[in-house]
Amino acid sequence: MGEQLFITLLSLCFAPVVSVVILVLVLASLGKSLGIRRRYVKLLLQVFEFGKEKISTYNKNKQNGDDSDDEDANENTKKPCENGNGLNVIERDISISYSKGIRIQSISTDINDVKKKFDLSDIMYFAKCGVETIIEDDVTQRFSAEELPSWNLLSRTSYGYHYISLRLTIIWGLGFLARYFVLLPFRLILAVLGIGWLIVCTAFIGYLPAGKFKRELNQYVMLMCFRILSRACSAIVTFHNRENKAKNGICVANHTSPIDVIVLSCDNCYALVGQAQGGLLGVLQRAMGRATAHIWFERSEVKDRHLVTKRLKEHVDDLDKLPMLIFPEGTCINNTSVMMFKKGSFEVGTTIYPVAVKYDHRFGDAFWNSSKQGMIQHLLNIMTSWAVVCDVWYLPPMSKLDGEDAVEFANRVKSEIARKGGLVDLEWDGQLKRAKVKDSWKEKPQEEYSKMLKVD
Amino acid sequence: MGARSSMQLQEEEINEIQRETGFSQSQIVRLYSRFTSLDKSNNGFLSREDFLRIPELAINPLGDRIVHAFFQESNDDTVNFKQFMRVLARFRPIKTNQDKNKMNTREDKLRFAFKMYDLDGDDKISKDELLAVLHMMVGANISEEQLGSIADRTITEVDYNKDNQISFEEFVKAMEKVDVEQKMSIRFLN
Repeated sequence: MGEQLFITLLSLCFAPVVSVVILVLVLASLGKSLGIRRRYVKLLLQVFEFGKEKISTYNKNKQNGDDSDDEDANENTKKPCENGNGLNVIERDISISYSKGIRIQSISTDINDVKKKFDLSDIMYFAKCGVETIIEDDVTQRFSAEELPSWNLLSRTSYGYHYISLRLTIIWGLGFLARYFVLLPFRLILAVLGIGWLIVCTAFIGYLPAGKFKRELNQYVMLMCFRILSRACSAIVTFHNRENKAKNGICVANHTSPIDVIVLSCDNCYALVGQAQGGLLGVLQRAMGRATAHIWFERSEVKDRHLVTKRLKEHVDDLDKLPMLIFPEGTCINNTSVMMFKKGSFEVGTTIYPVAVKYDHRFGDAFWNSSKQGMIQHLLNIMTSWAVVCDVWYLPPMSKLDGEDAVEFANRVKSEIARKGGLVDLEWDGQLKRAKVKDSWKEKPQEEYSKMLKVD
Repeated sequence: MGARSSMQLQEEEINEIQRETGFSQSQIVRLYSRFTSLDKSNNGFLSREDFLRIPELAINPLGDRIVHAFFQESNDDTVNFKQFMRVLARFRPIKTNQDKNKMNTREDKLRFAFKMYDLDGDDKISKDELLAVLHMMVGANISEEQLGSIADRTITEVDYNKDNQISFEEFVKAMEKVDVEQKMSIRFLN
């Protein structure tokens, strides 16, 4: 009986599901949209707004309940400021960095101009600075999920699920059912179809003789496949300044997740650069490599800087080849900041097309915390989130100035991307996610402090 | 994943920490989320490595001494959340109308600074200790000889009982004119 009912229900679902899938595929291949996703996002925003109101009234009621908390009321009535990193616990006074040394905000004069004798109280600057960084620092916070200003009805976020009101719980429950039992299966079907289609098409294109036809066909197929894949995570991407789209050269972007590639490839075709992988990623890399030139390095080759630069240079010199897409941060950052750009891609000496990608984290966290979760888990997280909503800005192409070295050029491009995407511009290396600081980085603060001291 | 763990922080614990340190409920919850994100091994304790994984602390010339202050609260090589909060409490701003038993009095703040110099924990700063700390602060930029004369001068200036060491009382006296409140307080937001 149960089995019969199940089969009947399944078959009833079959026709609508198939027709929706076909509709999506057709729309994706034509690059059109019915605007359903945008309407869906609008609806979500209304729901979040409702949730926010509920939560704030709930908090107000709770606060009226206990009166012990008023002690700090006069301490600081200023609201927590948002500086691109969610909510802050403290306002930092002293900052320390390996290139700029020590900066103290409450002292207006440049400490480089201060000349004074050593005083026992000098130690307090270091102490305060150190404890401030323990409470809040610029680097490690970039490697964990950004905190939300209010709950987005996903129980995995920093707010977690807790009972606030019956209506909110019902909405959360409905959302859960929709995400896991409607959106997820549907997105999985699209993902499998997209990947399958990519593998099949590239295999055929691989047999075509090199030439204009092959290039154009490949471009068309790539756009189509990536648009299907972008729908597999309900990506809603707004592209700005499309006149600055890369045609050749190197396109550099800030890096949040492997999803970046799908997002950017919905609008332009890129040659990808990266380490050759095994498993499913390896299959995809080889498939894409059949249809056009991508650059996959073996593990042993990555260390050889000269070889890497040479292969990049060969690629960009051939104007028939696609622009290269490179993430110079070399690791995923939580999309609140841009961290140090590795100089490699800026040494090639070609035009750089900077791109800034900013995700709207209310709809789901796009950041891949690779030290905490595997790639598959991350992708499942994305596919069970509300949507991937993001803005992509194409910046005007940039070239190295006379007298500028690769590192300076890289920093200039990084600042531009940070400015456009509304991200914090950091000089710290993203590799600090795993590596320790260099001992020599201690020297700059020491040197600066020494300069301050008047010695006889 | 601070959230899930901040759930684990019990109401009574929050209240206890609030009574002891004077931090507000929301500050305690947020600092707990920071504590758990520093706690890479997820065992409820911080080790020295956990602290020094913060790059800005690792490049602080006195980073090791600051970390050491946290471990003085505990007798073993770990710091739990309460101990963590007790050290942070020293850096709360002083308020005029507050209870005396909070941990952020002028004396508490001075004690923290004093202990950073007192390497062997004998409640006295000897010339060698002062030299060693000076060395951490300036690196190789100032010669041993010059550091020696700085240390000598500093000690003679404040050493009232002429034992060639600085006691805590002498240290407090030397700091009389210093705006300790400003230099040793962090602006906590609500």
